[in-house]
Amino acid sequence: MPVRKYKLFGLVTFLMLMLLTLSACGNETALTKQNEYDKVNTSKQMVWGVKADTRLFGLMNIKTGKIEGFDVDMAKEITKRIDPKAKPVFVQVTSQTRIPLLKNGNIQAIIATMTGTPERAKIVDFSKPYFNAGQSLLVVKGSKIKDVNDLNHKGVTVLGTVGSNSVINIKKVAPKAHVLQLQDYAQALTALKSGQGDALTTDNGILYGMSEQNPTTRVVGGTFTKEPYSVAIDKNQAELKNAINKAIAAIHKDGTYDRLVKKWFSNVPGFNWRTLLND
Amino acid sequence: MINILTTHWSDFVHGFGITLLSSIIALIISMILGTGFAILEIVPNKLVNTIAHIYIQIFRNIPLLVVTMFFYVVVTQFVKMSGLVAGTIGLALYTSAFIAETVRAGILAVDKGQTEGARANGLTYWQTMRIIVLPQAFKIVIPPLGNQFINLVKNSSILAFVAGFDLMYQGNEIASTTFDTIDTYVVVGLFYLVITLPLSYYMRYLENKLA
Amino acid sequence: MQEFLNAYTSINLIFLLKGLWITIEVSLISGALSFVIGSFLGVIRYAKFPVISMVVGFIVDILRNLPLLLIIFFTYFGLPNFGIRLNIMTSAIAALTVFEAAMIAEIVRSGIISVPIGQTEGARANGLTGAQTMWHIILPQAYKRMIPPLVSQLISLIKDTSLATIIVLPELTYHAQIIYGQNNSYMIPMFLAIAVMYFIVNYCLSLVGTWFGRRGNKTA
Repeated sequence: MPVRKYKLFGLVTFLMLMLLTLSACGNETALTKQNEYDKVNTSKQMVWGVKADTRLFGLMNIKTGKIEGFDVDMAKEITKRIDPKAKPVFVQVTSQTRIPLLKNGNIQAIIATMTGTPERAKIVDFSKPYFNAGQSLLVVKGSKIKDVNDLNHKGVTVLGTVGSNSVINIKKVAPKAHVLQLQDYAQALTALKSGQGDALTTDNGILYGMSEQNPTTRVVGGTFTKEPYSVAIDKNQAELKNAINKAIAAIHKDGTYDRLVKKWFSNVPGFNWRTLLND
Repeated sequence: MINILTTHWSDFVHGFGITLLSSIIALIISMILGTGFAILEIVPNKLVNTIAHIYIQIFRNIPLLVVTMFFYVVVTQFVKMSGLVAGTIGLALYTSAFIAETVRAGILAVDKGQTEGARANGLTYWQTMRIIVLPQAFKIVIPPLGNQFINLVKNSSILAFVAGFDLMYQGNEIASTTFDTIDTYVVVGLFYLVITLPLSYYMRYLENKLA
Repeated sequence: MQEFLNAYTSINLIFLLKGLWITIEVSLISGALSFVIGSFLGVIRYAKFPVISMVVGFIVDILRNLPLLLIIFFTYFGLPNFGIRLNIMTSAIAALTVFEAAMIAEIVRSGIISVPIGQTEGARANGLTGAQTMWHIILPQAYKRMIPPLVSQLISLIKDTSLATIIVLPELTYHAQIIYGQNNSYMIPMFLAIAVMYFIVNYCLSLVGTWFGRRGNKTA
């Protein structure tokens, strides 16, 4: 039936054209962004993307429904120093959703265990680092895996989260290992405990948080990369970036930083929190 | 967009293959299970009917994500399986409930006189079912079954939640390494449409022909 | 067993019920919106207006044939590029509405087709316009027949809401994940709890659907 075929062909062409214009328009309008620093001062609020599934950094308190952690406290302190009257607003993000949400303007800044890598720096801007993290491994107790060298074998499965830098790193360090990417840390930890993988890899701080809550797991092998965390903001927001850098410097200077590090990390077994203080 | 497609061509094709493979395997399993439970729901035995009914209602009323996650994180503690296997089992069980309903409707649509005639001619219940009723019922249910397969292909995107390496999983990975979110998902969408759109037009054509 | 029961603290149960409430809220709002939009699109498609019906038909077909997950990504990540900035809740509602409206458009279209053509001819012969015939004669009869498929679409919608966990919508499935993510021994109890909650809500709805279906058959 030639008429049918013609119709189908027309449909597909129409669809392609529609999608092309759609993505073209998208790129164009993205350029006209407002000054987010001014927006914080006028709207009296600063919208942060934070994790809700990461113990010690950003974790949902089931009783209160509020997110708590080091990142959240840092965001509060930074907001206070940018504009004393502004209120921090927290939007839950995952490693996968945080960059698109920043780029499309749903959030103004990301403080979500995020490392400022050169690849990411091409599309977002990073503040000065605010936390010294390094990538490490979490295994179930009794596992044969002692450090990252044990991962580079066929048949070894490593778990991580979609969009995290640690997944990219592990593919370089242990190219023979099979890597599975889950939606968030809760899912990845669940997968580790149900035997879907031999090790879970991400930054040491996050892993210590997991092992604190789950005594059947432990962190092994020390850190094998440096993954300092920074606040991410959109490109061309120099004013906001400078304000955040100034705020982070002030937080260090007046002792707030030491207080926050002590509050969140001094009670974590196996974790030498004092190393966080020496830059 | 063309750039994303060419640089990640092999990832997309790999994901597309997994999506198709998982959908086809899930279709075969769910056809067998679905037809089985459809028959169990109408055989003259109240207890068997009830069991089949409970099975169908459970999988019809619980989200696919919950079924799939259950297999991925709970069942794997006892039986080792990959995300792809767990996801495909979840898809197959979930879809089987819908296929059971479809096939049952097909069986009931076959003229009652046919059954009575066959039984009067000395065929047993199972012979009647196998030789007379089921072949006719399947003819009636081909378009709705085709639509179930389309649903299956779309639903197989659930594999992305359990690291199943399907099209959606690859899309997530590409989007989060290239940061070209919208373009990547547009390409992913086109890959899904390549399977589902022609199929849905063909099913509509069949429906019109049968009606 | 004791550990199993420990999972059901009042704090955890309240947290789950809050999630269930979001699930129901999002489902009802997008259900109502998609019913209105879907009916409109269904009638347009049925009416065969030149060009408009074709375009609407294409769009409906494309939306029906894409995974809902993709549509969720498009609304959450894509719409802000056009100046439409939505929070998690509203983008979940927007995505579900768009997807379900396309599904309902098809239900409405086949519902209208199932009304005997004699009804239209009779109404037109009595001097009603096309629009009047549709509004007063065809749609009331079509909707009566459509109740069972519309109810099962609502059940699908409630189940589909769980997919919005991918953009961190705080609904039932996500809240269960948060709880067992913090204490893995709660995993099986949480799965059981949410399965029961979804089942109760959806099974009750399906009973309502069957009841209406039977009543519709008797009067028809």
